[in-house]
Amino acid sequence: MTTVDLTSEFDPDTLARVLDAGRSMGADFSEVFIEDKRSVSAGLDDGKVEQVTSGRNRGAGIRVVAGDTTGFAHTADLTERGLIEAAQAAAAAARSGGGGTKKVALNSPRRHPVNVVRVLPGSVPKADKVALLMRADDAARGVHGSIVQVSAGYADSVRRILVANSDGVLASDEQVRSLFRVSVVADGDLGMQTGYESMGHTIGYELFEDNDVGDLAVAAARQAVTKLRARPAPSGAMPVVIKCGSGGVLFHEACGHGLEADLVVKGASVYRNRVGELVASPLVTLVDDGTMTAEWGAIGIDDEGHESQRNVLIKDGVLTDYMWDYLRARNDKRAQSGNGRRQSYADLPMVRMTNTFVMNGDSEPDDIVKNTEHGVYVAKLGGGSVDTATGDFVFGMTEAYLIENGQITEPIREGNLIGNGPQVLADIDMLGNDFAMGNPGTCGKDGQGVPVGDGQPTLRVKSLTIGGTAA
Amino acid sequence: MSTASKATESTPDSVRQLQDIADRIVAQARPGEQIEAYVSRARETDIRIYEGEIEHFVSAQSEGVGVRIIRNGRTGTSYAGTLDVSALAEVLAEARENAELGSVDEWAGLAEPDGVPVVPQELWNEQLEHFPTEEKIAIAKRLEKIALAADSRVRVEDASYSDVFAEEAFATTTGVRSGGRENGCYASVGTLADDGDETQTGFGFSVGKWPGEFDLDKAGREAAERATRLLGAVKPPSKRTTVVLDPYVTAQFLSIIGSTMNGESVIKGRSLFKERLGETVASSMVTLIDDPTDSRAYTATDLDGEGLAARRNVLIEHGELKKFVHSSYSARRAGTKSTGNATRGGLGGSPGVGCLALQLVPGTATQQQLIADVEDGVLIQMVQGLHSGVNPISGDFSTGASGLMIRNGATAEPVREFTIASTLQRMLQDIIAIGGDVDWLPMRASGLSLVIRDVTMSGA
Repeated sequence: MTTVDLTSEFDPDTLARVLDAGRSMGADFSEVFIEDKRSVSAGLDDGKVEQVTSGRNRGAGIRVVAGDTTGFAHTADLTERGLIEAAQAAAAAARSGGGGTKKVALNSPRRHPVNVVRVLPGSVPKADKVALLMRADDAARGVHGSIVQVSAGYADSVRRILVANSDGVLASDEQVRSLFRVSVVADGDLGMQTGYESMGHTIGYELFEDNDVGDLAVAAARQAVTKLRARPAPSGAMPVVIKCGSGGVLFHEACGHGLEADLVVKGASVYRNRVGELVASPLVTLVDDGTMTAEWGAIGIDDEGHESQRNVLIKDGVLTDYMWDYLRARNDKRAQSGNGRRQSYADLPMVRMTNTFVMNGDSEPDDIVKNTEHGVYVAKLGGGSVDTATGDFVFGMTEAYLIENGQITEPIREGNLIGNGPQVLADIDMLGNDFAMGNPGTCGKDGQGVPVGDGQPTLRVKSLTIGGTAA
Repeated sequence: MSTASKATESTPDSVRQLQDIADRIVAQARPGEQIEAYVSRARETDIRIYEGEIEHFVSAQSEGVGVRIIRNGRTGTSYAGTLDVSALAEVLAEARENAELGSVDEWAGLAEPDGVPVVPQELWNEQLEHFPTEEKIAIAKRLEKIALAADSRVRVEDASYSDVFAEEAFATTTGVRSGGRENGCYASVGTLADDGDETQTGFGFSVGKWPGEFDLDKAGREAAERATRLLGAVKPPSKRTTVVLDPYVTAQFLSIIGSTMNGESVIKGRSLFKERLGETVASSMVTLIDDPTDSRAYTATDLDGEGLAARRNVLIEHGELKKFVHSSYSARRAGTKSTGNATRGGLGGSPGVGCLALQLVPGTATQQQLIADVEDGVLIQMVQGLHSGVNPISGDFSTGASGLMIRNGATAEPVREFTIASTLQRMLQDIIAIGGDVDWLPMRASGLSLVIRDVTMSGA
């Protein structure tokens, strides 16, 4: 299977007529977003490939902006008639009376290839994908006799998008993603424990030619087995060391969301009105970068047709900028930053992260642990969430150990850590030189999920509250 | 969204249309094939108000089909977000191809009619169908005003009105044939409260079969209260303590407990309650029921995700574990019958298993009376991070929280940025009082105040 650029399937004149229909009731901006996404997934559980699923979602979302009001409608009917009907519905939703009738002239199509795909998922027999699942199952079960259950999932998707708007933008992108996950249950004298590993990249099936899913399965199994002897996690505030590549979610929650301009302009972020100020330890330089080739959050263009870019958000602890989408940038009379994203054609775009990470410091990771008398070493973080207005956030530790006398010792059971964003950023007192990207993530906001990446070197927060049960 | 009423003489044409599509797909079964077709269509409105103006107006229509084919014990599925005739053929062909690839599972199979009668539910409201757009906008504007008027320290982040109209139909080669439609609406408001440099957040909501059932005053007032009550909150010291869960928090806790009663997880060795049927797993005052036929429940429904009649199941009775919930698949493996608890997460894939409408048999005390009996504790009004800090397989429970300290039977200062932790196994045993203040929340569990002792609070 080969794929074609969506711009070759839609006549620019048709798109211009749809955009005109969007502004027929006096709106000052209209946009058509067309998406054609094919997905294949396969799931194994309990030793069996339970099902293989494939699906297709194809449609268009039409956005019309009149003053401060956005009208939005979407349709699965991609004929000119279907598109124009949706545009009229969006226009009616945003109707404001008056306004211009300027005809749209679309620029020549732009592509901004960030990701290079070697093996399109559609060119690989599904049977090969299913075989990966069996391999992961065998590998995980071979680790230890205590492994009682394994589930594994394979997923790939090819998402082709086209964006045209009344400012003359015409752009397209093809986003190919491949993902694999393994979760394992081990059973021991103290009850059951779980292990989880995943890998995902914005590339094709070459992911599985360059990486062995068996290694991933073994890592998940070892995590579960190790935790069988885990003791209850401590309770209270103490130093926390977070292993490289496992704690990017900390920054995603502690400050990433709070730097999204849609929340900032409504005064719903602790970081509002703080550009130019010291908001983090001077060790911290935080970047959001949609151009990181092959990373899970990498995009050629955002879902508003703007080229992806690298944005430095915090430089040496000083807040330099927020992340922007079309609407918020327009209202602020500034440039977009390539952060306007949406889950699908059926959703409105908003400000979203891409790949968000903290750059290297200069400490040796071993020294960070050695210099910690007593605390917790987190080898794997789970999900998290934040209240951007207060900065209070939580995130789960799925694999963690005690640090005693500068050494990593006993594994501890799962729990949440809780902190306040600005406080935790200020409390980062050691930053390693071993940067790594973390697991693929899905970031949820207002009910929409989008793929995001994160990363960081090993680092220490001098005080975080561990939500365990041990005194 | 849950399913809708059984196809009858009163079935509207639009649902019949979907039923026809499902029937046509199933009619194409080849010898030896079991086919299930699920067809759905929905309309949604979402209006968001900010500072008295419409921030966005979304008018959405969606449709789709999901097909599952089982042949020689292998399962394949496929879906498409359209009902185009060409897409339907493609979906069927893809599902057939996918069914060649799975493992042979001797228990694989579709649901078969089991004779359990459907308890009819009123899931469609004609007044909502004809409710004018201008009034929907006015509702969101009014809600914003109510929240603002409730307290001078309050700002509104956004106020919304949304509604959904959903129709669906099932058909299987095994003789299940059902469908229906459902609608509902929702108004909500997000608030911010400022005091000097400090900002806290809140929310309020109201749900109904049509806007006439909204209580906007309550929603606006609660949104303002939730934001202002935490102003000046401090981080409490760490200690073992007693917690009183607000109904909204209890409902979330019950949903997690419900997930451990999933028959499929039990069979696959993934439930902490496996092999414990008949044992005492909770305080004797605990009787936990999953009852989607109770029309007071927000997720009340007449059919489960396989088109079988939804039904009442007692899971824990006076502390004793009585039953796990099952779909037809998990029941076949467990050597029992479906409890009508198949769930469906969208168009693609096979149905899963889950509780549909949990409720705890209530006590009689008000929240205030429960608090009066607590010498030293904390009222938990909000939790954060249940998805990241709770493991329903190991039972570890740890969540971020905020609320009010309780001293000598009365609420005291607000507290935030702390966690509460225990294990699910212990928390069920440590329940010492159950309130009578049942709240039918828009979730898969209803809420009431719940008192749990010996929980670890981690703070400063």
